[in-house]
Amino acid sequence: MTITMTEAAARHLQKSLLKRGKGVGLRLAVKTSGCSGLSYALEFADEAAPEDVTFETQGLKLLVDAKSLPFLDGTQLDFVKEGLNEGFKFNNPNSKAECGCGESFAV
Amino acid sequence: MALLQIAEPGQSAAPHQHRLAAGIDLGTTNSLIATVQSAMPRTLADEAGQVLVPSVVHYRASTGDEGDATEAPPEVGHRALALQTQDPLNTIASVKRLMGRAMADVLKAGAPPYKLLDGPGMVSIDTVAGVKSPVEVSADILRALKARAEASMGGELTGVVITVPAYFDDAQRQATKDAARLAGLHVLRLLNEPTAAAIAYGLDKAAEGTFAVYDLGGGTFDISILRLTRGVFEVLATGGDSALGGDDFDRALAHWLAEQQGQTWSALSPGEQQHLLTSARAGKEALSSFDAVDVAGVTVTREVFAQCTLKLVQKTLLATRRAIKDAKLAVDEIDGVVMVGGSTRMPVARDAVADYFGKPPLTDLNPDEVVALGAAMQADMLVGNAGADGEWLLLDVCPLSLGMETMGGLVEKIIPRNSTLPTSRAQDFTTFKDGQTAMSFHVVQGEREAVSDCRSLARFELRGIPPMVAGAARIRVTFQIDADGLLSVSASEQTTGIQAHIQVKPSYGLSDDQIAQMLVDSVGRAQADMQLRMLREAQIDARRLLDATEAALAEDGPALLSPVERQHIHDAMNLVAERLETEADTDAVKTACQALNAATTSFAARRMDASIRKALSGRVLESIS
Repeated sequence: MTITMTEAAARHLQKSLLKRGKGVGLRLAVKTSGCSGLSYALEFADEAAPEDVTFETQGLKLLVDAKSLPFLDGTQLDFVKEGLNEGFKFNNPNSKAECGCGESFAV
Repeated sequence: MALLQIAEPGQSAAPHQHRLAAGIDLGTTNSLIATVQSAMPRTLADEAGQVLVPSVVHYRASTGDEGDATEAPPEVGHRALALQTQDPLNTIASVKRLMGRAMADVLKAGAPPYKLLDGPGMVSIDTVAGVKSPVEVSADILRALKARAEASMGGELTGVVITVPAYFDDAQRQATKDAARLAGLHVLRLLNEPTAAAIAYGLDKAAEGTFAVYDLGGGTFDISILRLTRGVFEVLATGGDSALGGDDFDRALAHWLAEQQGQTWSALSPGEQQHLLTSARAGKEALSSFDAVDVAGVTVTREVFAQCTLKLVQKTLLATRRAIKDAKLAVDEIDGVVMVGGSTRMPVARDAVADYFGKPPLTDLNPDEVVALGAAMQADMLVGNAGADGEWLLLDVCPLSLGMETMGGLVEKIIPRNSTLPTSRAQDFTTFKDGQTAMSFHVVQGEREAVSDCRSLARFELRGIPPMVAGAARIRVTFQIDADGLLSVSASEQTTGIQAHIQVKPSYGLSDDQIAQMLVDSVGRAQADMQLRMLREAQIDARRLLDATEAALAEDGPALLSPVERQHIHDAMNLVAERLETEADTDAVKTACQALNAATTSFAARRMDASIRKALSGRVLESIS
């Protein structure tokens, strides 16, 4: 099981953690909801829960809970700019379909 | 797919339920919008990467053929600014100065180059696209900012925090809220600009202490004294000058340049003046990085610029001194000074502030952006995004005392100047005449003792007071100011519970020079005001005494007094009446009252005996005890 981050994502995460002043890393999760089944969640992690799997990359910790992990295996987290909008993007090889607005996906 | 931001633990929004919030600095010269994403506040730029939006709107004639009068949308920002010189009548700049202001106030600061029309409560502007109110013009600017935010954040805004100068009165704040509503924005809160700056600096560094916020923008100067204690902000005092900003520094240099070229300013054409102003501005900005620059063929050094602008800098320090005094502090009790506004980049400003406070000012954050960043942080919290310990309180102050008119044309202050907001104060009032069934309330603003020397805000009436003896009725008047600085006044009669209520939207805005003048006057005229108050109070007492004596004479006069005695009392009453008619001084009125009291002493004693006798007559001892 591997979860990775691009340099851009790592840089932005580093900055955010510094600004926030606390946190052990970034939590990636998958939630059931939305128009096409599943959606991503990105949260600051203040502590690791017992069911979490931790990935260390580029000096930063990514935490994923056991339930979300199968959906996220092989995902690469990126930080991009699209027009005036900028934010994190999940490049997930498992994602088979996305809803029209891009908020939900299905595997 | 949709781009994501990092949320606080447990706060990940379900799809389509993101709460997007932004902070808006709606400035006189420039406006900006900022938001907090992944715990980081950031200002939002346009496609060209420009963050500042000049607060300029250019109106065009309607396009379309006959029968299709579609209004061409106005240009906002840099494109509008570029059209200012060629079409001054339809390019509206610095509209913030017109918000909530009447013609008289606006003209006092100097007429702008476009066509103003007078109106009840606020001026309006005659443009080629029709008559526009300052509220509509501000709404056009806000609409542009809203569009930028929604494009940058990928969704609709849930709410915004808009900043206003600490000195904005009720009319100006209401106008700002109206503009936001017109632009389709939900206002979470209006936030005072210095408080926003303090938030941007204070929370980031978890600072504690007492700070001064020195805000020198394009057209206005604001000084505020704040206290930070573990996330709790309190505004201790505010001050400033709404007609003092970077533009005035440009003007000072431009005037000097004209002199150097052997010309008087007034002799130049508007075009030449504008040209010199533009050059002066460029020179001023260059001097922030260099010791000397060449402007229009003249060498301008930092010393020369400092000389030209000395008086302006001194004005800011004077207002600063007054604010520190209002906060009941000494200069050395200020832990740090925060510089806000592009004009604080000027070495003359930084040096003067460092010199006055005895320490270098805080300038880490971009002075153009700091207010918008603070507003974004508060918006983020208010919309529900911040974590559990992201709660902080904001206490702003009201800049002028608010009160009620009382008998004799005096003012009873209910909410004193520099009270922290939100606040609520109540006071009981009573009737003046026997059988009085209605009361008229006049809400005023100012520091003087006489109503005529204060600003009238609103009037309303309470009817249906049950007829009682004068002074018996209890009418509770409550003044309530919410966090946005808007005032509600209510009056309720305690026995019947009948109520009258007014949401005060003052008819006129108040020029800030007037506010400053009012404060100066109240101090300078304190002696005279006190004497006036004493005179009026003596006059009221005298009138009350006359009324009471009149009533007593009517009831018991014939029964208890001989004609001679009655004449004696009438004479004393006439003296009092005469002293009132001729507006005699306090002492004269008081001595006449004393004489009347002396004349009626035995009458009063007889009335007392008579009423006791009536109560006791025909009664046996047991029934009384």
